[in-house]
Amino acid sequence: MIQLSCRDLVLGYEGRVVAEPLNFEVKKGDYLAIVGENGSGKSTLLKAILHLHAPLSGTLAFGEGLDRTSIGYLPQRSEVQSDFPASCFEVVLSGALAKCGLRPFYRRSEKKAAVEAMRRLGVYDLRDRSFAELSGGQQQRVLLCRALCSADQMLVLDEPSAGLDAASTNELYRAVARLREEGVTVLMVSHDLPAVFADVTHILHVGEPSFFGTKEEYRARFFDPARREGGRE
Amino acid sequence: MNALEKLLDYFRYPFVWYLLIVGVLVALCASLLGVTLVLKRFSYLGDGLSHVAFGATAIAAVLKVTDRTVIVLPLTVFCAVLLLRLGQNTKVKGDAAIGMISVGALAVGYLLMNVFSVSSNVAGDVCSALFGSTSILTLTLSDVIFSLILSALVIGVFIFFYHKIFALTFDENFARATGVRVELYNLLIAVVIAVVVVLAMDLIGSLLVSALVIFPALSAMRLFSKFRTVTVAACLFSVVCATVGILFAILFETPVGATVVVCNILLLALCTLCGRFVRR
Repeated sequence: MIQLSCRDLVLGYEGRVVAEPLNFEVKKGDYLAIVGENGSGKSTLLKAILHLHAPLSGTLAFGEGLDRTSIGYLPQRSEVQSDFPASCFEVVLSGALAKCGLRPFYRRSEKKAAVEAMRRLGVYDLRDRSFAELSGGQQQRVLLCRALCSADQMLVLDEPSAGLDAASTNELYRAVARLREEGVTVLMVSHDLPAVFADVTHILHVGEPSFFGTKEEYRARFFDPARREGGRE
Repeated sequence: MNALEKLLDYFRYPFVWYLLIVGVLVALCASLLGVTLVLKRFSYLGDGLSHVAFGATAIAAVLKVTDRTVIVLPLTVFCAVLLLRLGQNTKVKGDAAIGMISVGALAVGYLLMNVFSVSSNVAGDVCSALFGSTSILTLTLSDVIFSLILSALVIGVFIFFYHKIFALTFDENFARATGVRVELYNLLIAVVIAVVVVLAMDLIGSLLVSALVIFPALSAMRLFSKFRTVTVAACLFSVVCATVGILFAILFETPVGATVVVCNILLLALCTLCGRFVRR
């Protein structure tokens, strides 16, 4: 089942094109790595998918039963103020906000879903801890829970491992891979293709040369990133 | 107990009750938003708006409007919206915009008060507008009702949008991506601050208003680490400080606004000390 399809999508700001016409589609359960040079428009593409950015031309269509509110989003990591008062549970629960509309309070089912998400990613024990005091890796997993809380069909991750040490990065990627095995579609912008190459099913290379296909096709056409540690950024 | 008897004696007068009620309401409203303002780096907005409110008060005085709020409230709300817009995407950036508008309003206000003065004691007028007037001792029942209505509105808005305000404070990008209308809520927050500033100005003086916003939030953040707990604690701290400050001010005839602020400072010091030992 196709969940997302892009036809001749051109992205840019104020008439200046930042990304070549993009053509790709994402099926349910796919794990798509979006790679490319800095400034090639990867993040802009994510913004377009999240409806935060209007494409210059082309179409971006969601499949049946999917719209923007069924996409969970993990934004690029930003420093959290060290004394920001927020417990992990409060942070995770805030993912359900989109489902609330004007309703001022969360439903019991939404709270249960938040607990469920935290159990799934092994951060339930942190629920009462202060978010700001956690390590970078723990913070990212909590934010992944928040993304799951807002939607569990498709996750959009923007460089989730930026600034994490190797161990936390691995743990995070394993968590994402597990979610994928449970049927969640994953779109991830990554600087670190070798690290995720084992997990992904498809690769979209934004910029020159533009490429979209399965990872086998990518390997055949370019090289095997898994064998060249840190070869291509 | 001499002081206690004196205090009980004062409570026979309605103006003391009025002062306490209005003071507690103002403190409550200011501290509710304080946490968000401090965390969103919006603290300066409250400060800037209080200067605007001072300027507006001067305009109202010059125009000899009897009910000054009619002029002060809309003008302050307007500037709140303006400052928020300026803070975002124009050539004049946030801090410069605040400086421009707030100091400008202060200067214009003082100039107006001097040039078109109707009273014989300009310095006294200015001083009371900046640091809280003595007219709070002549609060009428209608003032109290007006404060009650505005406070109810502020508290209602806060409770109704609590979760949105949290999401917005914590991570604006994420909130925007999930379809929360971030600009709208930022605007709402700015308008509510404007209302709080106007509400608080008579009591505590326009220069001291932001103390009510910032101190309780900072105190609560020293001790607690959940958003909800911090918000509740900030409200409690603020109400306690306002009550203690007002009672002290009545008993020892000190200026109300400054006394309440000093109470807040002492509490912050205490909380910082306690926070060192028992961080929960």
